[in-house]
Amino acid sequence: MSTVTDHAHHEDDHHHHAPSGIKRWLFTTNHKDIGTLYLWFAFIMFLTGGAMAMVIRAELFQPGLQIVDPHFFNQMTTVHGLIMVFGAVMPAFTGLANWLVPMMIGAPDMALPRMNNWSFWILPFAFTILLASLFMEGGGPAFGWTFYAPLSTTYSGDTTALFVFSVHIMGISSIMGAINVIVTIFNMRAPGMTWMKMPLFVWTWLITAFLLIAVMPVLAGVVTMVLTDKFFGTSFFDAAGGGDPVMFQHIFWFFGHPEVYIMILPAFGIISAIVPTFSRKKLFGYASMVYATTSIALLSFIVWAHHMFTTGMPVAAELFFMLATMLISVPTGVKVFNWVATMWRGSLTFEVPMLFALAFIVLFTIGGLSGLMLAIVPVDFQYHDTYFVVAHFHYVLVTGAIFSIMAAVYYWLPKWTGKMFDITLAKWHFWCSLISVNVLFFPMHFIGLAGMPRRIPDYALQFADFNKWISIGGFAFGLSQLLFLWLLIKACRKEGEPVSDQVWEGAEGLEWEIPSPAPYHTFETPPVIK
Amino acid sequence: MQNNSKSELNKDNGKMVIKLVAIVIGMFGFGFALVPLYDVFCDLTGINGKTSNTAAVYESVEVDESRTITVEFITRTNTGMPWEFRAQTRRVDVHPGQMSQVDFLVKNPAGRDIVGQAVPSVSPGTAAIYLNKTECFCFNHQPLAAGEEALMPMKFYVDPQLPKDIKFFTVQYTLYDVTSSAEVAMNQG
Repeated sequence: MSTVTDHAHHEDDHHHHAPSGIKRWLFTTNHKDIGTLYLWFAFIMFLTGGAMAMVIRAELFQPGLQIVDPHFFNQMTTVHGLIMVFGAVMPAFTGLANWLVPMMIGAPDMALPRMNNWSFWILPFAFTILLASLFMEGGGPAFGWTFYAPLSTTYSGDTTALFVFSVHIMGISSIMGAINVIVTIFNMRAPGMTWMKMPLFVWTWLITAFLLIAVMPVLAGVVTMVLTDKFFGTSFFDAAGGGDPVMFQHIFWFFGHPEVYIMILPAFGIISAIVPTFSRKKLFGYASMVYATTSIALLSFIVWAHHMFTTGMPVAAELFFMLATMLISVPTGVKVFNWVATMWRGSLTFEVPMLFALAFIVLFTIGGLSGLMLAIVPVDFQYHDTYFVVAHFHYVLVTGAIFSIMAAVYYWLPKWTGKMFDITLAKWHFWCSLISVNVLFFPMHFIGLAGMPRRIPDYALQFADFNKWISIGGFAFGLSQLLFLWLLIKACRKEGEPVSDQVWEGAEGLEWEIPSPAPYHTFETPPVIK
Repeated sequence: MQNNSKSELNKDNGKMVIKLVAIVIGMFGFGFALVPLYDVFCDLTGINGKTSNTAAVYESVEVDESRTITVEFITRTNTGMPWEFRAQTRRVDVHPGQMSQVDFLVKNPAGRDIVGQAVPSVSPGTAAIYLNKTECFCFNHQPLAAGEEALMPMKFYVDPQLPKDIKFFTVQYTLYDVTSSAEVAMNQG
């Protein structure tokens, strides 16, 4: 990555020379540097959270308790969830936004470069605090990433305070990132880049950023209530003092449901960029994609209680939340059909980003379908808190969000480094991941339907065979990601064939008109939009 | 857009940041506003099974002798609360509008003074707003010295407006140990 700076020197001699070494990364306000930092941070967190998943799967390889004690197991499920959501998926999308949004709208940088630096550099502190709590007396958070009261208030350890502060910092970081994206898109578009000319990745990120500033403060509020309930004697969630533990779930999921769309909307933007390129056609139904994204975002605010069907809500409320949830499948279906229609009669080729995008479309749809099953109230009474739910959200988050991030990295990596990545290695990574991820998550549907509860370190004997397969799939998926690590290290060391400016035949957009590798400073003078 | 000069752009950015930060602060407040909103919503709809925390006044209520409602009482103590707690009468048949009294026996077998707080919950939840209590031990903290025992009364009538389809409902009291927070309140008061 250091050669990016070399490039900058002859490209923009009138600019101050970027400091070298660690200072370059600590003090950088360049959107490309910050994007790179976010992406590497997300990848390190992905491997960390993945290592915790390996502990979970090792324990569940056989029935009985053999490797870790149940309290540590609970810490692993909790911190795995927190790290993957707040440390891997969200920073990876923010990293992609940093790299791509200015390049796609013809802006020289993000609107608020200093805040951009801050929003990245507070993240490592948040996760250091969270991970450090694992090594303290009483252990780290063990109440699930959803930290339901009273588990997090009455039955948690003192390190809950550290959990709360780290969530505060993560929240501040993503709010700052979101504000930056919104201001950049509103004020920094090149002349002629009208709203309905913006690439869908920019659109989906704009809507995601609005979701972030709307719900991350609510998360900050609810963790603050947990903090004061636990340490300062308030009774927000304590029935003895007039509070209500069910209210925790309402406030949490008011944040939590828009949060799951925060983790998937940018993925829709990525797939909408990749599928047209390798189909050599324009995206089918651009305007309907924009409206579908907006309606998904709006609907996300009125479906939260479908996570709580078994708390004893009145039938009228259950019906409302069931129908509102099912309604979301309409705009989502519009998207899937648009991608399929884009491929229809296109000249398809199957380069690595396209392989990941196709896997995304199929597997995300499976995850969407199991979500639709979970939306049905009487059915949810059976599926609630079983492995069926685990299967559902891993299909939408791993083969959905994570696969889209990998697709994005493979798609734009040659633009970032100027060299084609190792295609053989990438194909190995794809096929190993694709097969293992399904061995890992598909059988979870069956054991869930058979009644295996989630978040348990031990299980009944009849689930033993499936769990063994799931664990084998898990280990294989974990190892496959080391291929990705190897590939990325090679790419950053600038190994590989140089690529053209357009990189992919059929790629369209401003980012493909600048040189490869992308110079340190781009669009100092705004481009002309046709 | 980029037509503006650099300083104008910075001004526009600043204005926009202020608006967005205002949204963020507003949403943080909204998170907390959800707490009273939740209670108001539950009070209005009565869907949470919560009964009123204040005494009802019994005056000129017409007794509807054509209907008989069975009211069942369940008691439980929260984890770590050592008291014995039971209703003297497990179930009563009442006509809507008719005054009734049920006594609850509490005993503190522990070797320390404890302050208890009972929290009621009605099932089905829709019946909650029709249960009018003129007197209830659940309105206040109940202190018991070590080894002490007491009879706590609860007087109530069922509102004749109770929907016709409800013929039976359950009132559950959960007793919590609130000694530590009660002491804090006393020291502060």
